[in-house]
Amino acid sequence: MIAAAIYAVVQKDLLYAVIATGIISLILSIVFYILQAPDVALTEAAIGVALTTIVFIITIRNTVRMEDESDKNKNIKSAAK
Amino acid sequence: MKKVLVILLLAVVGFYLADVFIGIGFGNDHFVKSDEIKPVKDIYLQQTVENLKVSNAVTSIVVNFRGFDTLGEVTVLFLSVTALGSILYRKRHHAGDRSVLFSASSIVTAGSKLLFPPILLLGAYVFIHGHLSPGGGFQGGVIIATGFLLMLLAYENYTVSHNALSIVESFAGITFAVIGLMGFMNGGTFLQNFLPVGTLNDLFSGGIIPIIYIAVGFKVAAELTGVIYTVLNEKGDQKNG
Amino acid sequence: MDNTYYDLLTYVVYGSAILVMLIGLYAVLVKKSLLKIVIGLSIVDSGLNLLIVSLGYLKNGTAPIFSKGFFELAADKPMVDPLLQALVLTAIVIGFGVTAVALSLVIRLWRHHHTLYIDEIKNLKW
Repeated sequence: MIAAAIYAVVQKDLLYAVIATGIISLILSIVFYILQAPDVALTEAAIGVALTTIVFIITIRNTVRMEDESDKNKNIKSAAK
Repeated sequence: MKKVLVILLLAVVGFYLADVFIGIGFGNDHFVKSDEIKPVKDIYLQQTVENLKVSNAVTSIVVNFRGFDTLGEVTVLFLSVTALGSILYRKRHHAGDRSVLFSASSIVTAGSKLLFPPILLLGAYVFIHGHLSPGGGFQGGVIIATGFLLMLLAYENYTVSHNALSIVESFAGITFAVIGLMGFMNGGTFLQNFLPVGTLNDLFSGGIIPIIYIAVGFKVAAELTGVIYTVLNEKGDQKNG
Repeated sequence: MDNTYYDLLTYVVYGSAILVMLIGLYAVLVKKSLLKIVIGLSIVDSGLNLLIVSLGYLKNGTAPIFSKGFFELAADKPMVDPLLQALVLTAIVIGFGVTAVALSLVIRLWRHHHTLYIDEIKNLKW
């Protein structure tokens, strides 16, 4: 889980980072089950893995995919000025 | 430079957090046991079995003991749907015009048409049996919303009527509030039980708890489907930057 | 089970929950992309939920469900604290709502400024 979290923060490609957050939620739901909390595990599996990931992916689709791409855009814009 | 400062700050925060929580310990009983002072957990568990006849203690806490929390939480979800709609508002070109996410093949469309009714059935099962087994209104509602998400992804011109969603949502919310207020009529408090409680581990047990959880399930399903539909309708200005 | 096992588990569970929270906070404080900040917020949420649920765990505890199997097999075992689980159940659903609203704000900002770089947005404001 820690490895997935570090990967999600370090990765430049935002799509991979979002998938890593989905993996965090999946492992988290298994840990909840081991900690004897089946209700919470069910909720985390449904919301964290499916819905949050899909909302992030739609946002990435609507904006940019790479973390640095907005930076590149800025350079182009300032060059055009 | 900034990174070093941030890491130092996080190290201090993490050290004190870890110190406090390891001092508490893992898996210990944190409370002093005596006859006069009981932890709130024991009282809740005892009340759950003896007065409410509900198997799932989490359900009884969410719906009955902490019913106001749940009402506020459902209101927060409703507010988030409203905020999403107003923030992403833009004049629509055509009704039902939305960004095509994936051009789905015929295997995907046929498979999702096959899977859609079982997913709805699973969601309904989860929230009807919320007082007997793990699960409940929130989980069942999310599962139903996932089924609608599957259909929306597979079919390009599959639409959900906003009017139907808002009607279902308002009706479920009104049911919750009215059942809560009916507790006053019998001289009790908000969400006081007034139906017969039945026996433990029966489908018809627990008084008002299953009814409220079914209402919560419908409300959550309608709200989350609304969230997904609003976000999916959003058209990007340009593809991939 | 013996006590040394639980002592080890104390460090593993609390340590991993706190580490995940700190990693998320690092992303919120350092990263420049708005989407990375929202991802960091959702990671902090996950770590906090794990911390709260693990506080309520008891040694040899069972899930707080009075099913038929509980009375037959495990009636003498202590039950895990259901109050914290109910709190976390609420917190997860609200966390999704917060994430959705934050992402819609990100989309709105992208529509206006065509950048997710926070310094750039700050410059455009003045």
